[in-house]
Amino acid sequence: MSRQTPGRSKGLNGWLLSTPALILLLLAASGPLLIVAVYSVLEKGDYSGVRWILSGEGWFRVLFEKDIFDHTISLADANLSIFWRSFKLSIATTVITFAFGLPTAWFIATRPAKSRAFWLFLITIPFWTNLLIRTFAIMEVIRNQGILNTFLMHFGLISEPIQILYTDTAVLMGMTYVYLPLMVLPLYAAIDRFDFRLIEAGYDLYASRWQVLRGVILPIIKPGIIAGCILVFIPSLGAYVTPRVLGGGKNMMIGNFIELQFGQGQNWPLGAALSTVLLLVVLVSLLVYTRASSRDNPNG
Amino acid sequence: MRTILVATTALLSTTFGALAEGELNLFNWGNYTSPEMIEKFTAQTGIAVTVTDYDSNTTALTKVEAGGSGFDLVVPSANYIPVYLRKGLIAELDHSRLPNIGNITAEWKDVPWDPGRSHSVPWQWGSVGMAVNTTVYGGDVNTSELFMDPPEELVGKINVVPEMSDVINMAIFNLGGEACTEDLVLLKQVRDKMMAAKPKWLSMDYGTTDKLSSGDYAASVNWNGSTMRARINNPDIVYGYPKEGYPLFMDSVALLSDATNVDEAYQFINFILEPENAAMISAFARYANGVAGSEEFMPEDMKTAPEIVTPAEFVAAGKFLPTCPQSAIDLYTAIWTELLK
Repeated sequence: MSRQTPGRSKGLNGWLLSTPALILLLLAASGPLLIVAVYSVLEKGDYSGVRWILSGEGWFRVLFEKDIFDHTISLADANLSIFWRSFKLSIATTVITFAFGLPTAWFIATRPAKSRAFWLFLITIPFWTNLLIRTFAIMEVIRNQGILNTFLMHFGLISEPIQILYTDTAVLMGMTYVYLPLMVLPLYAAIDRFDFRLIEAGYDLYASRWQVLRGVILPIIKPGIIAGCILVFIPSLGAYVTPRVLGGGKNMMIGNFIELQFGQGQNWPLGAALSTVLLLVVLVSLLVYTRASSRDNPNG
Repeated sequence: MRTILVATTALLSTTFGALAEGELNLFNWGNYTSPEMIEKFTAQTGIAVTVTDYDSNTTALTKVEAGGSGFDLVVPSANYIPVYLRKGLIAELDHSRLPNIGNITAEWKDVPWDPGRSHSVPWQWGSVGMAVNTTVYGGDVNTSELFMDPPEELVGKINVVPEMSDVINMAIFNLGGEACTEDLVLLKQVRDKMMAAKPKWLSMDYGTTDKLSSGDYAASVNWNGSTMRARINNPDIVYGYPKEGYPLFMDSVALLSDATNVDEAYQFINFILEPENAAMISAFARYANGVAGSEEFMPEDMKTAPEIVTPAEFVAAGKFLPTCPQSAIDLYTAIWTELLK
């Protein structure tokens, strides 16, 4: 007992000891964000960079565009369509990974305890390989002379290659493949803790299979579902490599559009403003998530 | 593919590891540097060379300008050399350290974008034209209408390389304008015609050599050397010289102001001005170089290649891209950004 440090000084010491780490974290996390925020309200420089003159042009360009020739101002349809495509593809990725992820997670969680580790191990195998390599592998599968088209043509199912590469479908396939494990793992964690006797109880009370799923299983594993959806949706929204490689430079998502501003577009303030918008969207999604999960679990 | 990977390729062979006494960082276009030439350089000098790829002039400029890149040499296109110069990013070359400087052919010795070659030496030059797979499209290939208003057979099958000045200038020529034009009426037509054509394009992508060879694109706006490499892999590919006009380009090696391996860089620049070594660069990427006497070391198939030896009737349509004034570049960038998104 005497060896135990009194609570107060433990707290103080703790704070003092963690100060360097906290400062470092604060600088490393908020420093770059601050730079992004500041750049978004500066004037664009020639070719790249910024001029240190305050300007609302970057933010203005997020929503509006000025015609190069007649200088009329209109809503930036192109930007909005890129945002809409990113949103649509991210939602679709989330839904598809959930549709595949739930049965997969259920399957793993219902295996004997011994073999579960093995199945989980299989799920993590893709993480051993770099994302870029995996994306190029997908490309090898879907390209015109790729495995899929060659196979279909060999068996006479199609007479000429289906154009999948460089379409939204290609981007969707790539993202679904890449983010599937991020859906399976939290779902598994939730189902693993699930008390299967509750299902029996449901049946005992004459619930149908559908009612058991809707009324018993889904509400209990809901935190896992939400965590999985967030883990898939947020990186999908900011996806860069997959749409870059599989979208062929025409079917851009927000991540590529931001990169364009820092490269060929030569408009860093717009890129910074777009990054901030993306950040805000992610922040709002997270807020919705924490609210949704805390409402269901008042006790944490 | 390599162009997208932006891979850092250490080309130092372990055989020469023991001799390595210096290093050099070359920042160059993807799929553009002959590995054999690098090996030979390392064997001769003991300098280990690291090649890093980029895929566009703007990407390279942005990275170099950000500073601390660690690169010693960069290979910008002619119209970007003055930009690097104005921003103080490249250093003046001390010709007394380059005994081979006299090997540059007369036509590339004194160029408008770098008078007296005070800041750069030729790497390779070529043309921008149309690569077409003749099994898909059998019509006239010598026209930029192929991408400005794609024929039925090529709708949804044509790629346009996302290199701004090459594509915009080809589009300007298509509509009868001159390079660097600031004629707003014409530029509006350029924009409108490209915007109307874009939905008919499959992609705006690099890595054309691989994808033309494999049939992922049926056609592409493409560089002549890349098209020759694709044709060697796939004999159905032909190269068209747009009769409305097509850009000629030259990429030149320049020494970065913040280079740390200056001495090694000079050795390298001098090395590539040796005809035999310049020929190695050309034999790999399949573009002409600007070094006199390199012809005799060139592979036989390049002396007759239709991509390299421009047919007499199309020679006049090839126009070297001058350095446009900033006001023109601003207009082109605005059109380009609108096109890309």
